[in-house]
Amino acid sequence: MSNLINVYQQRPAAAHAESPLFHAGLEQLAGKGSARAGVTVREKKLLGHLTLRGDAKDPAFAGGVHKALGLELPVALTLVAAGDTSLQWLAPDEWLLIVPSGSEFAVEQKLREALEGQHISIVNVSGGQTLLELTGPKVREVLMKSTSYDVHPSNFPAGKAVGTHFAKSQLVIRHTAEDTWELLIRRSFSDYFWLWLQDASAEFGLAIKA
Amino acid sequence: MLHIFCPHCGELRSEEEFHAKGQAHIPRPLDPTACTDAEWGEYLFFRDNPRGIHHELWVHSAGCRKYFNATRHTVTYEILETYKIGEKPSVTAAGTAEKKASDQGVTA
Amino acid sequence: MSQVNRLASGGRVDRSQPLTFSFNGQSYQGFAGDTLAAALLANGVDIVGRSFKYSRPRGIVAAGAEEPNAVLQIGSTEAAQIPNVRATQQALYAGLVASSTNGWPSVNTDLMGILGKVGGKMMPPGFYYKTFMYPQNLWLTYEKYIRKAAGLGRAPTAVDPDSYDYMNQHCDVLVVGAGPAGLAAALAAARSGARVILADEQEEFGGSLLSTRETLDGKPAADWAAQVITELSGMPEVTLLPRSTVNGYHDHNFLTIHQRLTDHLGEIAPLGMVRQRMHRVRATRVVLATGAHERPLVYANNDVPGNMLADAVSTYVRRYGVAPGKQLVLSTNNDYAYRVVLDWLDAGLQVVAVADARSNPRGSWVEEARKRGVRILTGSAVVEAAGSKRVTAARICAIDVQSHKVSSPGEVLDCDLIVSSGGYSPVVHLASHLGGRPTWREDILAFVPGEGGFQKRLCAGAVNGVFGLGDALADGFEAGVSAAAEAGFKAVSASLPQVAVRLEEPSLALFQVPHDKPTARAPKQFVDLQNDVTAAGIELATREGFESVEHVKRYTALGFGTDQGKLGNINGLAIAARSLGISIPQMGTTMFRPNYTPVTFGAVAGRHCGALFEPKRYTAMQSWHLQNGAEFEDVGQWKRPWYFPKAGEDLHAAVARECLAVRNAVGILDASTLGKIDIQGPDAREFLNRVYSNAWTKLDVGKARYGLMCKEDGMVFDDGVTACLADNHFLMTTTTGGAARVMEWLEIYHQTEWPELKVYFTSVTDHWATMTLSGPNSRKLLAEVTDIDLDKDAFPFMTWKEGQVGGVPARVFRISFTGELSYEVNVQADYALGVWEKIIEAGKKHGLTPYGTETMHELRAEKGFIIVGQDTDGSVTPDDLNMGWCVGRTKPFSWIGWRGMNREDSLREDRKQLIGLKPVDPNKVLPEGAQLVFDPKQTVPMQMVGHVTSSYMSVALGYSFAMGVVKGGLKRMGERVFAPLADGSLIEAEIVSSVFYDPKGDRQNV
Repeated sequence: MSNLINVYQQRPAAAHAESPLFHAGLEQLAGKGSARAGVTVREKKLLGHLTLRGDAKDPAFAGGVHKALGLELPVALTLVAAGDTSLQWLAPDEWLLIVPSGSEFAVEQKLREALEGQHISIVNVSGGQTLLELTGPKVREVLMKSTSYDVHPSNFPAGKAVGTHFAKSQLVIRHTAEDTWELLIRRSFSDYFWLWLQDASAEFGLAIKA
Repeated sequence: MLHIFCPHCGELRSEEEFHAKGQAHIPRPLDPTACTDAEWGEYLFFRDNPRGIHHELWVHSAGCRKYFNATRHTVTYEILETYKIGEKPSVTAAGTAEKKASDQGVTA
Repeated sequence: MSQVNRLASGGRVDRSQPLTFSFNGQSYQGFAGDTLAAALLANGVDIVGRSFKYSRPRGIVAAGAEEPNAVLQIGSTEAAQIPNVRATQQALYAGLVASSTNGWPSVNTDLMGILGKVGGKMMPPGFYYKTFMYPQNLWLTYEKYIRKAAGLGRAPTAVDPDSYDYMNQHCDVLVVGAGPAGLAAALAAARSGARVILADEQEEFGGSLLSTRETLDGKPAADWAAQVITELSGMPEVTLLPRSTVNGYHDHNFLTIHQRLTDHLGEIAPLGMVRQRMHRVRATRVVLATGAHERPLVYANNDVPGNMLADAVSTYVRRYGVAPGKQLVLSTNNDYAYRVVLDWLDAGLQVVAVADARSNPRGSWVEEARKRGVRILTGSAVVEAAGSKRVTAARICAIDVQSHKVSSPGEVLDCDLIVSSGGYSPVVHLASHLGGRPTWREDILAFVPGEGGFQKRLCAGAVNGVFGLGDALADGFEAGVSAAAEAGFKAVSASLPQVAVRLEEPSLALFQVPHDKPTARAPKQFVDLQNDVTAAGIELATREGFESVEHVKRYTALGFGTDQGKLGNINGLAIAARSLGISIPQMGTTMFRPNYTPVTFGAVAGRHCGALFEPKRYTAMQSWHLQNGAEFEDVGQWKRPWYFPKAGEDLHAAVARECLAVRNAVGILDASTLGKIDIQGPDAREFLNRVYSNAWTKLDVGKARYGLMCKEDGMVFDDGVTACLADNHFLMTTTTGGAARVMEWLEIYHQTEWPELKVYFTSVTDHWATMTLSGPNSRKLLAEVTDIDLDKDAFPFMTWKEGQVGGVPARVFRISFTGELSYEVNVQADYALGVWEKIIEAGKKHGLTPYGTETMHELRAEKGFIIVGQDTDGSVTPDDLNMGWCVGRTKPFSWIGWRGMNREDSLREDRKQLIGLKPVDPNKVLPEGAQLVFDPKQTVPMQMVGHVTSSYMSVALGYSFAMGVVKGGLKRMGERVFAPLADGSLIEAEIVSSVFYDPKGDRQNV
């Protein structure tokens, strides 16, 4: 295995880390926003993000994933979660696995072991993206300002996740609980999305959670 | 703005999630070197421009990033079907003409 | 003079809330609930503007979106200027400032008016084409004058203080219009449980229900409307959008709605509020209940203020408590118009006479009017209005519609208001936006929406030609039920209020009223008031051979401007058809296109302006770049440090310093923006062989190689270095701008051509941050912060190593884009800034200098390295670039580009080829893009043989140099070319090798 794919621990054991929204100083802003905020934002930062590719139609693949993660492969446009680990369908042969910070190297090795011999790909993309959690009664309206995808609960129940157009760019929207949504954003676009969200939620009141 | 059914996501999505990639079903010649310049030019540069049914290649770029084909009417912009790469269209200009003829009682 | 035309009672206005406003500098008072038009009429303002072409005085004609004359400029300050506001659609607010847009210098004394009056014949249709286009060089002079005189409104020159946004909506049923049919449709659909959006352009929902004299269940119709609105507003899945014009019906049931959230509150939105919102709606089903516009009759001087639409006058009387006159004459061809007569009598005002074109009208309303003593002249019409700034009399004659003749000299009746009704024109605009042609119905003398094609829409009420109130309610309800059912909801049964049954008789086909004189010699009979199109003008157009409706439109300007033919279209068609001896359906209609009424630019832009205009992408080191004074360059959406000026330095000085630092010591560049694609799978290598021009079969693990990517035509479209990380694992880099394009390129070939190849591509551009150390000191510097063995034999050129850099796991690539000893350090982006800062710190004693893209560009050009998109333009093969060494001519698979490179045309020897250019004068820098010629003495136009692609003044070389493409350039080494510049000067340059610096490449290999 090791001579076929180059896998190594990319996250240092101890070093100063800066999430994609580090520069926004969210920690300092926490608690300072509107008291009755319609929208509350939290960056779920520095998690382990792995892109998993494989053949969904091959039972050995689904079986291997289950063996390594204890999670069933999610079907189209859904995500499954257990504790701090979530597995999301991105495409018919592509999933996003989010694991606690620092565990991504071990998880990748475990997956590779379980999927030994199969044509798969696992790529660590932890540094390239982040999750923004939005909670509150007005989140749906902020999303409606931003994306042409229908976020009404009849079309977008909790447990659903879609890649779509957002403002003038793209991201993944994950509906994780009734009033809780997550935006999966790319690092280089994070400032743009952060500006956009501040603007779009201004009329509803915005609060930050550390 | 078109509303396009992505056969991979299994949903209708807005056009802004997609990119159009031109005419579908133009396979790359298996042996390009065996092509004359004229044949290669035909493959490379010449495309149909029908008034009516047209098969097109699209990619769901903001969604699953998968390519698929769409049968679209170039006058009304109606999308009659979308189907995965490797599949054949069920709505074709020839088939439609045939059906029209048989509806009008014309038999071959 | 305060509200001279305000009735003592009645209307939906709030008389306890007087509002002061100004029009053309004069102060007036109206009431809350007024439109600006209602308030102007209440104050007896007859003239609201001057006409477009003839500069005739014009007054308010209508009460809704179809108003052609009262198109005003609003705004008390420069920033608040709003052009093209129809006074009939603008709610009155305290402090509103309005002015005429037409009428320069003043609406009441108008210089153009004199010209217009004498010069009616001077400005026939086709005027602009005929007069102003010749002589052409005078057009600019004319245009200035015409634009000013025409009064198209004026855009503000100051920044708009308001904010605008979008809202994306989805619904099962979108109902357009909240009149009787629309309310019934929305009610039916909502009760079935569907997600419903109801949008209406007016201040209040209810449409005609708010002003009709008819009753529902014996009560005022407005009561029923209020009851329905209350029910709808209590339903969670119903969205009510008042003050919202559905302006565009786009493909696949996508509609745009322009909502004016605060325009009724003031010219600038209250703090924290969005002024206007664009709703972008995707509807499973659409119910168009857009109603109908009353059609005026066309008669002589029908544009003099005091000529109005019958329905509009009813609306002003009943909804606003305003009577725009004292003595009314009605000219009609139908029953409905009699309602205005009854309304006028109810208001205690005088009805002088009714001229009904029909010979023996006996409908219920006609009889009611007759019973109340109204004088009805049958078989007659108002043929001509008298008066200049206000109607003073009407001449009513008996007419013969068949022969289009006046059959009696008629009588002149004193009056100050002539209202006319030529029937109703369904508002088919939205139904036609996608190309659906309306269908003519002879029974109602109107176009109704044609087939909707595959668009999932229904029409209900007056737009469907269902004009009667009871029928419209039923039609609306049924449409609501059907729409919801088609969207998957179960039908509900109707419970609609009762409407009194009346006898209604058909109307008579009358559009242009005949005159004693031929049309061309009669006083002007206006068809399109906004564009000053007359019946005579349309006849002239047909005589001059313009037979297609689209040509007539363009020749006369019928239906142009903000008007879009709302009032004049059908009359114009009828006149053209009669003139050509064909029927109206044979004539057909023009196309209707979005938008239905004007939309502000703010609403179109939404939040996509200012800082949010475009996404800006930043690297993980952005904060350092900002702190260290970087100037930035846009590369695609990325912001890249362009150069890092020190105090007093300009671009040139900073770049010269940065270049020398790299050549003599060491520099550091943020290269994170380069596209990076992780490639895994047993067929990864084969895939690279197919998409790159060179061979990848023998690239060992641990090594990296430069590759060119071509399109099938053989032309270069991207380049970059790809490293072999493991047998089945590669890391590809692409140009910054090409990253997304290359990713799509790999996927399209994998997904559509070679799905059998076992390979996966994943973008890791954002995951890795990349910092390039370049310069002779780079090894010494890097050694201080890494555990990697940097020995030149252990870590040779074009290889990569894994290790710690600054305490963070890193992949380091020994590749070079400057020609100097270089290392590209890649770390997970979360840790990059810390690593960068450690390198900066350690670099102090090695002369480390941060450099930007400008220095990178110059240094690579000195080495002859290309930049795709700058030195290439999609018409250059690898051989044209003299990069034949990068072409795998013996690769077994016919890789992308190989066949194209071997087309006859791609093999021509005189193709433009990339060469170096050395100006003869070492201080002259060739401008990039300058065209090149072999013989500067030839006559203009010269034969151009190539152009300059990159050009710099090199500090390291001590002279200016450039790269460029020249026909057959590779065989012209040592020859001279010339760049004749726009200022007449000439730069002479020698064709040389494009590698200017360290041609043997010793420096990068040390």
